[in-house]
Amino acid sequence: MALKTEFMALTIMTEMPMVLVDVQRGGPSTGLPTKVEQGDLLAAIFGTPGDAPKIVMAPSTIEDCFYSMITARKIAETFRTLVVVLSDANLATGQQAFPRPKFNEEWVGTPIDQSPVGKNKDAYDWDPKTGLSQRFIPGQPGGEYTLTGLAHTRKSKVAYEPGVNQEGCRARSLKLAAFQKTLKPPKVYGDPEGDLLIVGWGSTRGAIEEAVRNCREDGLKVSALHLRFLQPMASGIREILQRFKNVMTVEINYSDDMKDELIDEENRRYANLAWLLRARYLIDIDCWSNVHGQPIKPGAIEGMIHERLNHEVQS
Amino acid sequence: MFGLKNSCSILVDEEYKSMDDYQGGMSRWCPGCGDNGILSAVQRLCRDEQLPSEKTAFVSGIGCAARFPHYMATYGFHGLHGRALPTAQGIRIRRPDLHVFVNMGDGDCCSIGTAHWIHAVRMNLNMTAMLHDNNIYGLTKMQASPTTPQGMKTNTTPTGSALKALNPLTTTLGITNASFVAQVVEWIPELLYDVIRQAHHHKGFAFVRILQRCPHFMPTLWDGLLSHPDSLMMLQHEDGMHMSDALGKIYKNHETHDPSNIHRAREIAEREDVVPIGVLYRDENVPTYDELKRPARTPDIEQRRDLLETTFDRFGIFPGTSEVNIDGQA
Repeated sequence: MALKTEFMALTIMTEMPMVLVDVQRGGPSTGLPTKVEQGDLLAAIFGTPGDAPKIVMAPSTIEDCFYSMITARKIAETFRTLVVVLSDANLATGQQAFPRPKFNEEWVGTPIDQSPVGKNKDAYDWDPKTGLSQRFIPGQPGGEYTLTGLAHTRKSKVAYEPGVNQEGCRARSLKLAAFQKTLKPPKVYGDPEGDLLIVGWGSTRGAIEEAVRNCREDGLKVSALHLRFLQPMASGIREILQRFKNVMTVEINYSDDMKDELIDEENRRYANLAWLLRARYLIDIDCWSNVHGQPIKPGAIEGMIHERLNHEVQS
Repeated sequence: MFGLKNSCSILVDEEYKSMDDYQGGMSRWCPGCGDNGILSAVQRLCRDEQLPSEKTAFVSGIGCAARFPHYMATYGFHGLHGRALPTAQGIRIRRPDLHVFVNMGDGDCCSIGTAHWIHAVRMNLNMTAMLHDNNIYGLTKMQASPTTPQGMKTNTTPTGSALKALNPLTTTLGITNASFVAQVVEWIPELLYDVIRQAHHHKGFAFVRILQRCPHFMPTLWDGLLSHPDSLMMLQHEDGMHMSDALGKIYKNHETHDPSNIHRAREIAEREDVVPIGVLYRDENVPTYDELKRPARTPDIEQRRDLLETTFDRFGIFPGTSEVNIDGQA
């Protein structure tokens, strides 16, 4: 993804539909190139200089990878935007049997529109409410315009006037809000309230839910929440988080350990999703994460949950 | 008359595109900038070929030259510094029905875009690539580019450029699958037009280096060539550049060069005493990547379904059975 940053920004600025698959591996730099990590979430959302709104989603299983690509392509074309699909080395190299997909005509992209465009149409006829605009494709007579990565007017003319860039940024940002309105709130795995909610994303879903199931059988009031869309996030997540005494994320990326001598609440660096949730929902969300370059096993999560909840009971 | 209905001839007149019909926004290059001449030559080519503007795409990177697509009334893509070629290649692969032109500066092509340049030559996709070479980064106000002459003082080389300038002709001629390499100057409209026209008609990746004036930052750069017409060595051949007799009387340094001779082309490209002008090399037998890789047909929805089903079958497992047919029945 580091190498594709400028093209990501270009597709956002020009509003060209694009799906980018990032198979996350250990970082930074060449890091652990054959090992799993979930370290690119914040980079995917915020890693592009300037305001570069994009949609970020993460499949949780190999089956989900198949359908996520169809979904991502639909979203990219409908909202004329960049969709980043965060896979990881686990999903990319794993094997899993799943029910044979049944072909659906809706999977196939629509044919390229080559019909003539009416006179004096803008290359970006940004809808004031949704920021959406129609896209002219080479071959459409009357639609001729020049895509540019520079700030541009509705006619795609390079322009530096203050109002121009504000309008363009607003339109591109509103598209995310328009998309967000189509999302359903995620479902909680386990009871909708309790002592602890484990929030996860991507390939850790199976391990987290298995650990939560085992802990619930042991009588612990713990539930899990899996987020498929990370940017934007569906409405209703705050209400879910508020129904639990404690909320924490489990992720495969680095976060500071509070046991380290120099680490305190003022300087602690959180795991990727924990940062996001804390910023968005103003809830004190903890995290448990590591970068051993291995999938997190359900047993390890179980042990962590027991430790946390027993500690809660004692204190 | 001649069996033609009047209405037919009127229709032809209405559809005929003039140079004005290819003019997009008004150019904002500096007064005297050589890019204007290149724009005129290209618009003339579009008019003479009557290229459908909706089926023509100009692709550029970043720099002065990269403003080019904005001044054409066709589709355009003003993309990333150094990345004009991969963008154009993507367009070409996906849309073989489009006429694709690329406009790059010397910073664009020969510095940050060098890897793309080499592989674009090797892939030999059908397009016309113009290198607007003014030997300087002009848009950012005078920093040395790879083609800046040795010793030239610029903002990044205040004591003079230390390195010898890169030679885009020898570079291109050294790349596997080079199929069209030419050099021309923008201040001789007849030759500029002829070379760009031949590049457009070439089957494959046509690379044209255009020596371009930058009166603002490099006002004396080409003085030697302008005041000494013989310093331009005009390469002529029936398969190469054509020059009128009138022009031949001004530029007297002629050489007959067969563009199919790559060894001679490389020798000519190495010349430092004169500047070769014309088609140095042309080979239409080099396979183009679009020919090699273009799917024989675009599958319709039924064919797509079949292709997907075949793929599903390949990965399918059928629990509890040892021998199965593709319907999953033992």
